[in-house]
Amino acid sequence: MTTTVGYLLGLADDALVAAQRLGEWAAAAPEMEEDIALANIALDQLGAARLLLSYAGELEGAGRDEDALAFLRGDREFHNCQLVELPNGDFAVTMAKLLFLSAYQLPLYTALSGCADERLAAIGAKARKESAYHLEHSALWTVRLGDGTAESHRRMQDAVDAIWPYTHELFAADPAAPVDPAGLRAAFLSAVEPVLTEATLDRPADGWAPSGGRSGVHTEHLSYLLAEMQVLHRAHPGARW
Amino acid sequence: MRTARDAVAAVVDPEIRVVTIEDLGILRGVAADPATGRITVTITPTYSGCPAMDVIRADIRAALAAAGHPDAEVRTVFAPAWSTDWISAAGRAKLAEAGIAPPGPATRTGPVPLTLGVRCPRCGSVDTEQLSRFGSTACKALWRCRTCRDPFDQVKPL
Repeated sequence: MTTTVGYLLGLADDALVAAQRLGEWAAAAPEMEEDIALANIALDQLGAARLLLSYAGELEGAGRDEDALAFLRGDREFHNCQLVELPNGDFAVTMAKLLFLSAYQLPLYTALSGCADERLAAIGAKARKESAYHLEHSALWTVRLGDGTAESHRRMQDAVDAIWPYTHELFAADPAAPVDPAGLRAAFLSAVEPVLTEATLDRPADGWAPSGGRSGVHTEHLSYLLAEMQVLHRAHPGARW
Repeated sequence: MRTARDAVAAVVDPEIRVVTIEDLGILRGVAADPATGRITVTITPTYSGCPAMDVIRADIRAALAAAGHPDAEVRTVFAPAWSTDWISAAGRAKLAEAGIAPPGPATRTGPVPLTLGVRCPRCGSVDTEQLSRFGSTACKALWRCRTCRDPFDQVKPL
C-alpha cells in the first residue's frame, strides 16, 4: 500500500470538480432550502478537496500548494472521474450524480479512515461523516422524484439511466492504492439499489462503461468548467479577497 | 501561560457568536515552548470546509497578541475528527439560550440513522419538524416548531 500523488489527485479532483458543479446551483435551485443544501454540500466537497490537494502538493515535493494544483493545471492533468464533470442537467440529473458519488465516497472515506497512512486516515474520518449526510439527502430526493408524479418519475429514471454508465469508472481496480476501489462496489450497490427500488425506478443494466478520467482523459465539459473556475486566478496570479 | 490559555478560550465562534471556540470543542490545546515561551495553539474544524476557520485563526492570533504573545502559532489538526459530542454543557446551554437547539448524541446505530425529536429552544415543545437538513451554516439544520410556529436552527449531530 502506497499513497501516490496520482491517487490523491484522483480523490481531490473528484471532490473539487463536484464542488464546482454543485456551486452552479447557488441562487438557481428549485427552492431556497435546496439552494442552501447544495451550497453546503459543495462546501464539504471543497473542504475535502483542499485537504487532499495540500497533501498531494507536499507529497509531490515540487512546491505546488493547493491553489497551484487547483488553478494552474490543465484539463489533461486532472484525475477526477468523468461522472463529476458531467453537466448538472435538470435537478434529477444532479441528484442522480450526487447519489452515486456519495454512495461511492462514503465507503471510500470509511475505508480510508482505517488505512495505514495517518494523514489520509484523518481526512477520511472527517469526510466520511459529511458524505453520510450527502447520501441521505440525495436518497431522499431520488425517492421523492422517482415515486412522485409521472413527469418526475420519467425524469429521475432518465437521469439514473444516463449517469449509471459513468459509475463503473469509480470502481476500476487499483490494487496498489491505500484502498482498492474495486472492493467498494458491493457497498455502493447495497446503498443505491434499495433507494432505486423504493423510488420505483429500474436499476439500469451494466453495459457501456466510459472511463479515462483517472488518467486525464475527460469529456469536453471539464474544459469549460475549469475555464470558469480558473480564470480569475490565471488572470490575476496571487489575487486575494 | 494561564493568561494565554484564557485569552484563546475566550475567542468567540465567528458564525455562532454566543459560544466560544472552547465551548464548541474546536480548541484542542494551548502550549508554551518551555525555552522561548512561544505559544502554539491547536484547533480542529467542525466541518472540513468550514469557512470560519481563517477568521478563527486570525482572532486567536489577535487575542494572543493583546495578551502579550505576538508571535503565536496556530496549528490545525484533523484527527480525531471533531464531533458535536465535544460541545460542552455550558456551550449547549448558551446555544439553547440563543434560540439554537443543541445537537443530540452524534453516535449513530446501524445504517438507518436514529431520529430523535428536537426540542424547540423557544417554547420547549417537542412537536417540531425538520424543514431542511442544511441550514444557515455548514453545522446547522433548519427546523420549525408546530406549537409556537417559530423556525429555529439546530446544530446537527455529527
